[in-house]
Amino acid sequence: MIKFNTVLEKHPFCMLKQEKTLFLNETLKQLTLFHYKNCDKYKKILDSLDFNPNAIDNYYNIPFLPVSLFKELDLLSVNRNDVFKIMTSSGTTGQAVSKIYLDKTTAVNQQKILVKIVSDFIGSSRIPMLIIDSPSVIKDRANFSARGAGILGFSIFGTDITYALDDNMKINISAIENFLEKHKTKQILLFGFTFMIWQHFYKELKKLNNKIDFSRSMLIHGGGWKKLINESVSRKEFKKALKDICGLTKVYDYYGMVEQTGCVYMECEYEHLHSSIFSDVITRRYNDFSSCNIGEKGIVQVVSILPQSYPGHSLLTEDEGIILGEDDCPCGRKGKYFQILGRLGNAEIRGCSDTYAAKFR
Amino acid sequence: MQPNSDNLQYIVGNDQIVEQMLKVAPLPVFSEQSISFLNEISKLLMKETNKFSDVTTFAFWCRKSALLQQKNKYNDLSLRFGKGIAFHSTPSNVPVNFAFSLAAGLLAGNANIVRLPLKNFIQVDIICGVINKLLKSSYKNMRPYVCMLKYSSSKEISDRFSSICDSRIIWGGDKTIEGLRQSPLKIKADEIIFADRYSIAVIETDKYLQAKDKTKIAFDFYNDTYFSDQNACTSPRIIFWIGKEKERAKKEFWEQMHRQIKEKYIMQPVQAVLKLSAYYRAASEFDVKLIKNNNTSVMRVGVKKIAGNIMDFKYHSGFFFEYDINSLKEILPMCLERCQTIVYYGIDKSKFAEFLNKYRPRGVDRIVPLGKSLDFSLIWDGYDLISSLSRKITIC
Repeated sequence: MIKFNTVLEKHPFCMLKQEKTLFLNETLKQLTLFHYKNCDKYKKILDSLDFNPNAIDNYYNIPFLPVSLFKELDLLSVNRNDVFKIMTSSGTTGQAVSKIYLDKTTAVNQQKILVKIVSDFIGSSRIPMLIIDSPSVIKDRANFSARGAGILGFSIFGTDITYALDDNMKINISAIENFLEKHKTKQILLFGFTFMIWQHFYKELKKLNNKIDFSRSMLIHGGGWKKLINESVSRKEFKKALKDICGLTKVYDYYGMVEQTGCVYMECEYEHLHSSIFSDVITRRYNDFSSCNIGEKGIVQVVSILPQSYPGHSLLTEDEGIILGEDDCPCGRKGKYFQILGRLGNAEIRGCSDTYAAKFR
Repeated sequence: MQPNSDNLQYIVGNDQIVEQMLKVAPLPVFSEQSISFLNEISKLLMKETNKFSDVTTFAFWCRKSALLQQKNKYNDLSLRFGKGIAFHSTPSNVPVNFAFSLAAGLLAGNANIVRLPLKNFIQVDIICGVINKLLKSSYKNMRPYVCMLKYSSSKEISDRFSSICDSRIIWGGDKTIEGLRQSPLKIKADEIIFADRYSIAVIETDKYLQAKDKTKIAFDFYNDTYFSDQNACTSPRIIFWIGKEKERAKKEFWEQMHRQIKEKYIMQPVQAVLKLSAYYRAASEFDVKLIKNNNTSVMRVGVKKIAGNIMDFKYHSGFFFEYDINSLKEILPMCLERCQTIVYYGIDKSKFAEFLNKYRPRGVDRIVPLGKSLDFSLIWDGYDLISSLSRKITIC
């Protein structure tokens, strides 16, 4: 398999297109072969396509599994005894959730890669961290929700980890004030999910009218804009609102999913999401799944060198995005940079069985 | 018990009409009165619009001459009357189905409480508008026989209508049926249910290749499938190819279909993704092959070995299993209880009668030529709606 230690020595945004392509071609081919040998269902799927993993010469040609497949099938490439934890997507009650099976190696690699990527944006020294969520999210350590996994993953960047919300998702002002008092002169890291921040932090701060100063802090947030779009809050308004209410100016969005934890796509100061050398983003046309050109809107496919315990190294998301460019972002990072436009809309299906309610979540 | 009126919206009729229904005398089956009423509806609809093919189809179906033809199929209609009140729960995603259900209820002689789709369909507005117009003018006598209403799921309201009706007609799916079954019926009342079903197609390849009207055939098959997102009970989910020149016929058939689809079908991107997911799900379980066609609007899944449970993996929006056969008996594993319609092309009807008599499968309620799968008939899903919704009195 991949020798992670040699890969880890590399800077996460160092590779130009040609080098990265060669690297991903080889690494993802090895991964495809590994899953083909170790996951029966994955093998059956590739065989049904007449796809020969030995003949992979370009990672663009590796079949992509829709993320929803992980809701319907148990897909794993390791012995069940070696499953160290199961991560689930955050679905609302009654909906199927994705189940992602992690062995120790994959889990450790996820953490290492996350550190490599995020350090490039916020520096590598650990700083006081305030999590804008409730501590109850991470209570069950064997079964992680996407939110729990995100919090635990990012916690590695923090010291004196403090939760800004209580178990009932109510803002805990005294905890926040004590925390700020303790770390008066230091830079602080805030972390949370976009909608939670808006709903349980920003709106509450606004109501309370407390003067809380986060001007020395930086915020990393992720989890998508779907719910904020419903409330007609744009990125710009989100940022402005946070600046106005508590002086927060350094705000970094990230794109990532529980199916490929670790390989996050961080937003740079130019508001571009970046793919590191450990993963890549391809946009595809819905009418034939051919790959889009730069600047063309398409369905987002993500590939990652991390998934070893489950065949999730090439996935088709239900998100829409645009590749903005490659190797030439003014921030200096190499690789593709892109923008996520949101989830693909639900389809209203005709017909007499009530599939609409059941199938489209 | 009075239902919560906030949630109950009458489109035709009102609470008082429901009260009157309890007392009004049922009509004879195929009564002069209902045939004439339906014929007027037909006339007004034809005048009103030609924009909706489904409305036009309904209008055409309930012309007097067409209804009399239906009537003539029955031998003895004397002393046959409606059971009383028919409570119809119609499908949420098919705009015009409710109108056929109402018509069947009227022709069988009943007063009808019709629960309409909650979603706003222009077709529903048009048909209900015409009915209201007639009930206010020349068809006041039909008033106690028609109520149409909308409500979002409410056990209280379903309880009320279920407790007063003599027949309950539930157009699927299974979830809706399960839900409504929580509401008890009168002891003597009975129920007609249209559960989730699937349908299949059989195409004779040599006859197809000889056909001169291949565009028309594609148009017909489009109506059988894509027109309702291939999600109606009547939409074929699997195509059986029978005949000598299979590969050439398939190629030609799908080329023709692609033209139709390209011209008419609007697919949302998410449908392409979910179809792919459905395919992989099937591929992880069965021996199938993806039949490549470089276009996501059709997903062709070649089946290597037929198995009954393959329909657990069916999907809609242009997702077809395909299987080659050499004799009709090979479709038998697919003719299970849930199988509703066989759509056929190029096969003699008598072959099917032979097949049915020989094997007597648990499923298959109708066998129709390609293009006719959505055509409504008073015999549906194995029920004769006229007989089921009426009663026959004997005098000796």
